[in-house]
Amino acid sequence: MTDLTKLSLSDAAKGLKAKSFTATELTGAYLKAIEAANPSLNAYVAVTPDQALEMAKASDEKLVQGQGGPLEGIPLGVKDLFATKGVHTQAASHILDGFKPEYESTVTANLWRDGAVMLGKLNMDEFAMGSSNETSYYGPVVSPFRAEGSNANLVPGGSSGGSAAAVSAWLCAGATATDTGGSIRQPAAFTGTVGIKPTYGRASRWGTVAFASSLDQAGPIARTVEDAAMLLTSMSGYDVKDSTSVDLAVPDFAAAVERGVKGLTIGVPKEYRMEGMPAEIEKLWAQGLDWLKAEGATVKDISLPHTKYALPAYYIVAPAEASSNLARYDGVKYGLRVSGKDITDMYELTRAAGFGREVKRRIMIGTYVLSAGYFDAYYVKAQKVRTLIKKDFEDAFHAGVDAILTPATPSAAFGIGDEALAADPVAMYLNDVFTVTVNMAGLPGIAVPAGKDAAGLPLGLQLIGKPFDEETLFAAARVIEKSAGGDFAPKPWW
Amino acid sequence: MSVDAATVKRIGRLARIRIEEEEVAGYQSELNAILGFVEQLSEIDVDGVEPMTSVTPMTLRRRDDVISDGGYADKIVANAPLTEDNFFMVPKVVE
Repeated sequence: MTDLTKLSLSDAAKGLKAKSFTATELTGAYLKAIEAANPSLNAYVAVTPDQALEMAKASDEKLVQGQGGPLEGIPLGVKDLFATKGVHTQAASHILDGFKPEYESTVTANLWRDGAVMLGKLNMDEFAMGSSNETSYYGPVVSPFRAEGSNANLVPGGSSGGSAAAVSAWLCAGATATDTGGSIRQPAAFTGTVGIKPTYGRASRWGTVAFASSLDQAGPIARTVEDAAMLLTSMSGYDVKDSTSVDLAVPDFAAAVERGVKGLTIGVPKEYRMEGMPAEIEKLWAQGLDWLKAEGATVKDISLPHTKYALPAYYIVAPAEASSNLARYDGVKYGLRVSGKDITDMYELTRAAGFGREVKRRIMIGTYVLSAGYFDAYYVKAQKVRTLIKKDFEDAFHAGVDAILTPATPSAAFGIGDEALAADPVAMYLNDVFTVTVNMAGLPGIAVPAGKDAAGLPLGLQLIGKPFDEETLFAAARVIEKSAGGDFAPKPWW
Repeated sequence: MSVDAATVKRIGRLARIRIEEEEVAGYQSELNAILGFVEQLSEIDVDGVEPMTSVTPMTLRRRDDVISDGGYADKIVANAPLTEDNFFMVPKVVE
């Protein structure tokens, strides 16, 4: 029998419906792969084999009768940020030690409703704060990719590093992830996988541990564009429990995948041509435009003048919202408690011990920019800049642009424990320079593998779309996926 | 704008995060690096620009003011480090 874990999600779904194999067999194959790989990759922080096999058995009972949802029997990994009832949910933080929610997040509930099977919880940067998955309390995730001729461990990107590594290394058929400044798209680009952050409001945030509420969105990471489309269709939808979720019908995204780009106008923002950008990224970008043109799209130069201000504005807005959201971790309601001489002492000691350095740094920045006397100069100013960033995109779309093509990241994956990045917090933040604008404007963005660098490491392109027009992104990403025609699978060393 | 050591300690107290004396200098330089980075926003003229309150043009929905959930105090306290009779237990606050 072929290795079932190597099937795409859509092929696995077809195989299950055709009864070529059972959900139990498929789930068993993934559990075996996790057992073998996880000691090397550290992608999962909790594996739930009993629950997985139980869910698979229930799926098999439906499948045998020709019933079941669109994801019936498909084994998925879940980022540790999503509340899963009775199962490890700690945002990869020490401060949530032992937390097992009494409830299920809306996004995961939607996936289980459609028949998916949960394999376990995936590693991530602590509270989704990071671009390398090195801030996790559970240690870094190791990328399944290595540079040619090198044994050095690379990062899978972050914050959804566990999701990206697990999908890429065949440790799940697809995974949930979240994106606040690039946390789906950057790890997808680093691991040769497809990741989409939908429009803000498309997926419910209910039951997802909050980082920056006005920026956070859930989305999938998958091995193909079609797989990502299938997952996003299930994950999305109106939810009364999230007041910012949008009451809009969810299209069948998979139906849009083969729509093509004929007649579409693709914008090329000149501000994304950064100084010092590696030539291979520049080349990849031009190649992507040629592929879209060859399939009938028109390319148009555009300007998004406030691009360079998106990242600095983000590092005011996101920490401000985080400092407020993370106030709830106080040693009283859940997780870790460190005793002190009085209640304030207990709060301070618990939070000092429970949060990692990057999280504390961001809470401190957020507290500072929201404090009396600084609120207008920092927070209000940043929110005004955000209005300008959004207007840049609106102007481009009004001028007839259907989608915008950019590089996904300024480089390929870097090494674990990179000293230059560790010494300068801002250098790490620059990883999100191409992705963060999209969160600031609430737009959908997809990262799709498009090429490799000289060392054989995957590089991704990003497509940015109009609000709630994820369908165009799937169609255009599929053209790039087909044209690249590359093999973006890692060579197993683990 | 940049922060001094006293400000780092003050922010730590506001954020309820204990900053040990030997950590102050490290935080001070990291926070100043980030504040230095965001300083470039001062280049932009934002006169007359509305601050963003909602990224999607929508009015915040309101729900009917009725009790729609609850009645499971045991579940609410299930994850707490210390409870008694479905109450969260904390060190004495009022003498």
